[in-house]
Amino acid sequence: MTYTTHSESETEALGAAFAKDLPAGTVAALYGELGCGKTAFVRGMARGMGIDCIVNSPTFTIVNEYLGGKMPLFHFDMYRLGGADELYDIGWEDYLGRGGVCAVEWSENVPGAFEGDEIEVRFAKTGDNDREITIVGGPEIC
Amino acid sequence: MNILAFESSCDETAAAVVADGRKVLSDEIFSQVALHEIYGGVVPEIAARSHLEVISLLADRALEKAGLARADIDAVACTYAPGLIGAVLVGVNFAKSAALALGKPLIPVHHIRGHIAANYLAFPDLEPPFLCLAISGGNTMLVDVRGYTDMRILGQTRDDAAGECFDKSARVLGLGYPGGKPIDELSKKGRDDAYDLPRPAVHGDNPYDMSFSGLKTAVVNLAHHAQQTGEELDKAGLAASLCRAVSEMLVSRTMAAAEALGHRRIAVAGGVAANSRIRVDFQAACEKTGRTLYVPPLRLCGDNAAMIGAQGYYEFLAGHTAGPDLNAYATKEL
Repeated sequence: MTYTTHSESETEALGAAFAKDLPAGTVAALYGELGCGKTAFVRGMARGMGIDCIVNSPTFTIVNEYLGGKMPLFHFDMYRLGGADELYDIGWEDYLGRGGVCAVEWSENVPGAFEGDEIEVRFAKTGDNDREITIVGGPEIC
Repeated sequence: MNILAFESSCDETAAAVVADGRKVLSDEIFSQVALHEIYGGVVPEIAARSHLEVISLLADRALEKAGLARADIDAVACTYAPGLIGAVLVGVNFAKSAALALGKPLIPVHHIRGHIAANYLAFPDLEPPFLCLAISGGNTMLVDVRGYTDMRILGQTRDDAAGECFDKSARVLGLGYPGGKPIDELSKKGRDDAYDLPRPAVHGDNPYDMSFSGLKTAVVNLAHHAQQTGEELDKAGLAASLCRAVSEMLVSRTMAAAEALGHRRIAVAGGVAANSRIRVDFQAACEKTGRTLYVPPLRLCGDNAAMIGAQGYYEFLAGHTAGPDLNAYATKEL
């Protein structure tokens, strides 16, 4: 399903609707270039999951953990990783088993990390503020 | 009191000996930037492995340069959060072992508190309270420093860190990693009004929060438009406009907070404090309002262990020590 958003806040709202009822153990693999709204989408996911804390870029720390909602949200950013091997060194498998949702920015950098049951979220810039967001495998968003 | 301190949260592995929180007896740094340049960023596995290879060597060298024997060390301090978890763990575990072997207290130090404490090393007379802006590749925080271990975050970035904005913009402009220095150098050859970059508004009700993601996106958009239309990008002008935009956001938030809280002294810490535009703008804003500005020398602005030793001293005085069960954290409240 492809959705069109026209602003950062619309991208956030889509993320919130997407994440509202995700089951524990869900992995959302995010794909898209710099500045296409991935972090905004994850900020929305946190809101949708009832998590009220600052959601900022995990580029530096690779993973941010957001607790305090009905289940944890693990916000990964693979921007600085060279491949799936390095992902395992930062405890990727441990996170998968922690009963939360994993949102993974720059999934293109770690193709070997996924087992086929992940939800694909692809971001495309269609204008300075317009984005086409394609979600494959996720819940129906109304 | 001599504190042997370790820092390993990102690119740098460092060991230092600091006396009484103020005097640097030695300050050893091994930077992995050269390793990371080829990847365009920090690669955690390489980071952790390299820290492991050099940390013991750096500890010996720090003691030797300080002219001290192991028995002269009174406590061991280390960065325990935040950072690349594998990298932070190397420093934490080495410090734990050292404290255990020496039979001395172990002091965990928050990395950002360390950056703030770099000011104590550079300015012997500076004492809290003051306002501190901590700006680096991973953090952008405005902190009300009420006491040596009593501080409150007034505002922070809602998305990207200021340094991250420079790093990612530099990548788009083909300037390499880390991006702060090349952008700073290039900006000196350009006009700061060459491009009209946004000053992104921040959603929410905290007037001291900041946002840099929109700036990064604007730079990406400009680069793409130029590519598509075949127009030549004025890279120097874009770098100068970017430095100006980042600086204006930082200076306006900081000065507003200083005004509201009645702070007369402002410190700017962290790697991004090395940016010359930011330094000049802060100096001007402080002179205009009769405030005193503290910016540590470049060596103390980047990651180093001396700042951890400085803050470690004050954490020790406040009774903040840890046992061998100390853990490392990727993210942690200040």
